[in-house]
Amino acid sequence: MTAIPFILLILAVLGGYFINRMAAREIRDTGNRLHSLTSYHGMFSALMILVPVLTFILLWLVFRGPLVDRLVMGNLPDGVLDNLGTGAIQLILAEIKSVSRGVIFGTPEDWKFAAADHFVALNKRADWLLVVCAGALSLALMYFARSRVTAEFRARQGVEGIISGLMIFCSVVAIFTTIGIVASLSYETYRFFEMVPITEFLFGTSWEPQIPIREDQIAAEGAFGWLPVILGTFVITFVAIVLAVPVGLCSAVYLNEFAPRKLRSVIKPLLEILAGVPTIVYGFFAVLVVAPAIRSFGQSIGLDVAPNTALAAGGVMGIMLIPFISSFADDALSAVPQTLRDGALGLGATRAEMMLNVLFPAALPGIVGGVLLAVSRAIGETMIVVMAAGLIARMTINPLDSVTTVTVQIVTLLIGDTAFDNPKTLAAFALGMMLFLVTLMINIFALRIVRKYREAYD
Amino acid sequence: MNDMRKIERDVHMTDLKIKARGVNVHYGETHAIKDVDVDIVDKTVTAFIGPSGCGKSTFLRCLNRMNDTISICRVTGQIEIDGRDINDRAVDPVQLRAQVGMVFQKPNPFPKSIYDNIAYGPRIHGLTKSKAELDEIVEKSLRRGAIWDEVKDRLNDSGTSLSGGQQQRLCIARAIATQPEVLLMDEPCSALDPIATAQVEELIDELRRDYSVVIVTHSMQQAARVSQKTAFFHLGHLVEFNNTGEIFTNPQDSRTESYITGRIG
Ligand SMILES: Nc1ncnc2c1ncn2[C@@H]1O[C@H](COP(=O)(O)OP(=O)(O)O)[C@@H](O)[C@H]1O
Ligand SMILES: [Mg+2]
Repeated sequence: MTAIPFILLILAVLGGYFINRMAAREIRDTGNRLHSLTSYHGMFSALMILVPVLTFILLWLVFRGPLVDRLVMGNLPDGVLDNLGTGAIQLILAEIKSVSRGVIFGTPEDWKFAAADHFVALNKRADWLLVVCAGALSLALMYFARSRVTAEFRARQGVEGIISGLMIFCSVVAIFTTIGIVASLSYETYRFFEMVPITEFLFGTSWEPQIPIREDQIAAEGAFGWLPVILGTFVITFVAIVLAVPVGLCSAVYLNEFAPRKLRSVIKPLLEILAGVPTIVYGFFAVLVVAPAIRSFGQSIGLDVAPNTALAAGGVMGIMLIPFISSFADDALSAVPQTLRDGALGLGATRAEMMLNVLFPAALPGIVGGVLLAVSRAIGETMIVVMAAGLIARMTINPLDSVTTVTVQIVTLLIGDTAFDNPKTLAAFALGMMLFLVTLMINIFALRIVRKYREAYD
Repeated sequence: MNDMRKIERDVHMTDLKIKARGVNVHYGETHAIKDVDVDIVDKTVTAFIGPSGCGKSTFLRCLNRMNDTISICRVTGQIEIDGRDINDRAVDPVQLRAQVGMVFQKPNPFPKSIYDNIAYGPRIHGLTKSKAELDEIVEKSLRRGAIWDEVKDRLNDSGTSLSGGQQQRLCIARAIATQPEVLLMDEPCSALDPIATAQVEELIDELRRDYSVVIVTHSMQQAARVSQKTAFFHLGHLVEFNNTGEIFTNPQDSRTESYITGRIG
């Protein structure tokens, strides 16, 4: 049934294309000079029909469901919904729908059968209405497009206008999605700060996100100070960056300047494979290999090492970031003009001196930008730390200790039975908001540096 | 007595600086330089002219072994500077490039301060013992590059902030700072406007007093203005090599004649 409007649409688009094209040909064959090629006239008609009708059908399909639901519920006999909460009303609606599909549990009341019939009838009517409306709209647009065909009509620009409109729409989708995400996040965060003072959240040094389940429970006052959590994030990020930056840079320098072409053609794809490994696999690696290794090594030299250390999680995250930093640095180094290399070599610098004194400073802004992007990825990384970092928030910067991170806390807060009206759950949104702000600032800063750098050589 | 000294000076004037015999260069399968013999005299300007792609740059780059930096490039034959074979195993190409300076087609100042641009060569070669000595070399080189007056108040500005012509003179000064004996210039004026070109040409004429200069140029007028010797390359061959005046007024080879009268190019 839903296929019919789409088939109609396709027919209308094809029809519009050929009708307009034919009309344009006729004008041409009577000896007039057309402004646009006949195929542009056809395309103009096709797009004129396609874009509005497709939008109309999609909107209809999106809004039909809720609309039909409301009509059905509004038409129930008086009194049956009195004194019921939203949850119960939803259940009744679900029951009516399953009855309408012929799935019947127990013995529903008669009014539910009536409502189910109503539901089916409404849906059928909506389907037909859609077909009629889409058909009528297509015809109207086809007629409109046909009426535009004249020798002077600038169908070429018309098509271009419609297509650039589509492209604008596509690029705006991402922006509006971001705005939507931030808006919903902000709302939940606001609700959290109504329950927990913002100063306690920002400056508190204790993170124990429990809430009393019963009124009389003892020791159940939760504490929502995010400092130990963000500190844990920073410790792990620091470990990751300390590992990833030197290794990534050295490999980029080697690949860019010293590696024989053959070796480069082997190593580069390998690095790209490393970049494509799912982070959960890195998580396994951290838990099963790195953490036990660090622990047993630490104990063998008499250190007190936690089972899930920041060092293990951060180290594996660092490995994950190596290809990221390496490819960024490789790009930055490759972007330094050949003339600068020649200049340094021509003065009698060795390759290493050229690299260190000339290429590296010239590529530095690009490299710094890449490192900052890596930092923001490390801060937002979730899977590795969920598997390999701890759960308890501690104010510590000792990498051999177990720390937790913002992302880990968000995951644990939202796992299990959650109701969206207590601070424990809402805290996750506040943490998410802070994470978003921190990485946003780092990204803006990084992009700014990278842009500045591009200007220097273009 | 007097005559003796005059003869001595004449010999000195025609001192051989660079002697190339049977030089061949291949880029992979491409045979870019074919059996070239050249003698380059000290304290003169030698111009390489010829249609583009004929191998002028390639040959120039043989003289300081810059072709070593291109992996597919293979150079054979004998090139001597002051009687020493530069392709000998004992010669360090890095040292050689300090001795044979190079200026490129496009001005390529490092994105460092003007001072550091000039000081780069002396620093990596350890030519100075103190900051004062380095300051002196920087000033001397900038003066020699005829750009001192324009930059003396802004030595800490970035080298890339200068105009194109200033950048090119900075690059010449940078090459001079390593105290080379030969200066190679690959179309040093092709990215410059006429006024900057005139300044650089004047500078080249100046430099002749201390260095032997080899300049690649696509402009025959420039070759005629600045050089004493001219070599005409065509399709990888050295077609004709003579005093500049001879080449332009009385070419021996028909290809040279066609080129300088504008029929091939
Ligand atoms: N890096 C290179 N790789 C491969 N071929 C090159 C390279 N540089 C120059 N060549 C080739 O060598 C020949 C001479 O080039 P070049 O010396 O640059 O000529 P010119 O400077 O006289 O214009 C040309 O055929 C060119 O294609
Ligand atoms: Mg050239």
